[in-house]
Amino acid sequence: MRAYSELEAFNVESVRADFPVLSRETRPGVPLVYLDSGATSQKPRSVIEAMSTYYEQQNANIHRGIHRLAQEATEAYESARQVVADFIGASSPREVIFTRNTTEAINLVAKSWGKTNLNSGDMIVLTEMEHHSNLVPWQILAEERQLRLAFVSVTEEGMLDMESYRALLEKGPRLVAFTHVSNVLGTINPAAEMVDMAHGAGAVVLIDAAQSVPHQPVDLSELGADFLAFSGHKMCGPTGIGVLYGREEHLDAMPPFLGGGDMIKRVQLDGFTVNELPYKFEAGTPPIAEAIGLRVAIDYLSSLGMEAILQHEQRLIARALDRLEEIPGLRVYGPRGEQKGSVASFTFDGLHPHDIAQILDDDGIAVRAGHHCAMPIHERFGLMATTRASFYLYNTLEEIDRLVEGLYRAKEIFS
Amino acid sequence: MDDLYREQIIDRYKNPHMRGKLDPYDFSYGDDNPLCGDQIRIDMRVDGENRVTEAAFSGTGCAISIASADLLVESVVGKSLEDIKALSKEDILEMLGIELSAIRIKCALLSLKVMKAGVYGVEEFEEDLV
Repeated sequence: MRAYSELEAFNVESVRADFPVLSRETRPGVPLVYLDSGATSQKPRSVIEAMSTYYEQQNANIHRGIHRLAQEATEAYESARQVVADFIGASSPREVIFTRNTTEAINLVAKSWGKTNLNSGDMIVLTEMEHHSNLVPWQILAEERQLRLAFVSVTEEGMLDMESYRALLEKGPRLVAFTHVSNVLGTINPAAEMVDMAHGAGAVVLIDAAQSVPHQPVDLSELGADFLAFSGHKMCGPTGIGVLYGREEHLDAMPPFLGGGDMIKRVQLDGFTVNELPYKFEAGTPPIAEAIGLRVAIDYLSSLGMEAILQHEQRLIARALDRLEEIPGLRVYGPRGEQKGSVASFTFDGLHPHDIAQILDDDGIAVRAGHHCAMPIHERFGLMATTRASFYLYNTLEEIDRLVEGLYRAKEIFS
Repeated sequence: MDDLYREQIIDRYKNPHMRGKLDPYDFSYGDDNPLCGDQIRIDMRVDGENRVTEAAFSGTGCAISIASADLLVESVVGKSLEDIKALSKEDILEMLGIELSAIRIKCALLSLKVMKAGVYGVEEFEEDLV
């Protein structure tokens, strides 16, 4: 295993010690092997404690109160926004809108930017590998406003067909929205290049970064996207908080998304004045503890370094592909090499993904079985469902061996 | 839980007793579970008193959905359509003899859903669900 010896540079055992759940057993004597971080990541102790501490020491509503707790809570919430802005290279915290998750961030753009900027006959370019969250909001909008949706095709290797992308851009789409990293194929798309091409064609660009921001350095000053959406819970943060980054000029020109408290400057019985950015898009009491949790999650990831995390995951996926593909009858979908993120979705010799996942669960191994909220890409490959192992900073090479042993056991039981 | 896959289920999955199609049939209905793509079709023949004389299922699915289809189809031979209408989730779980999580219960109940839809006619069945 010399090829993987660089792994020692990243101290995975010390990382694991930071995640309380990783030391539990699923049944007596059966330790947890958590290979479902693509669905949601586990949380380090620092995140859990920061949220408890907030509730124990500071809990107050923000932006309104004069009292001490309200001031502290407001400062904590707003400092989280600054940390997020710095983490993704946004030029100002005014460009960072807290949402519930990636899905809500994309819906915000569809409902607000989409409704004001797109008209009958306009085209939106998406890809065949989108998660339903970057597909259904556009389908809803397309039906409401008679828009055309076009899809960049996916090659047999699981890559976006750039010729097909180029051809679609020539048709003059108003918006291009694509996933940075596929949650099924693991494909790391050439986002910066795609943004440049789209801008060259006069389109606005939204990137679904739910599977990239947690796993690799993402810098908006290099990417140049108009909108970027991601979720806290996939990056060691809590559920209930997501981020929409939007270029200030777009956000300024957009109408509010939800109406209510905090998003207004002044309200009269016959109307209201909209608050400034970013509050304009944050109606009602926001997820304060969750924002604090997200800030601490980002601090945690940053302390390890996103580049180091990416390298660790690249080693994991390389090893996983080696080991999985030596199993007769097993096929892993998606590209190989540097364009493969740490996701292995596979089919195995006619075994049903539910059955595989159930047998693996006996061994304490958590994987996902189904269509992973991306039915069209499964259809593209003629599949109804796959089994997906997805890796993160706390996974080890030994866990991949456990997965492989479990798969051999599943084969033994079902054939 | 290993006992989830205890022998009866694995055995029924590998060697179902009731797999096939009937032609002609008095009732036939098929449906799928879009979550996992499982598809089950059930064909039945009945006598003059609306008792099932023959039944068979076809389709693809996980061990739970195939085994429960096989057990269900086998169990209804000789029963009346009224008996079938009275079958419940608990009856299926009892036949399987295991505990299931909420997600796997959908696998187990696909065949019952298909059979009831066939017997009731789809519209009536959907009313029954409400």
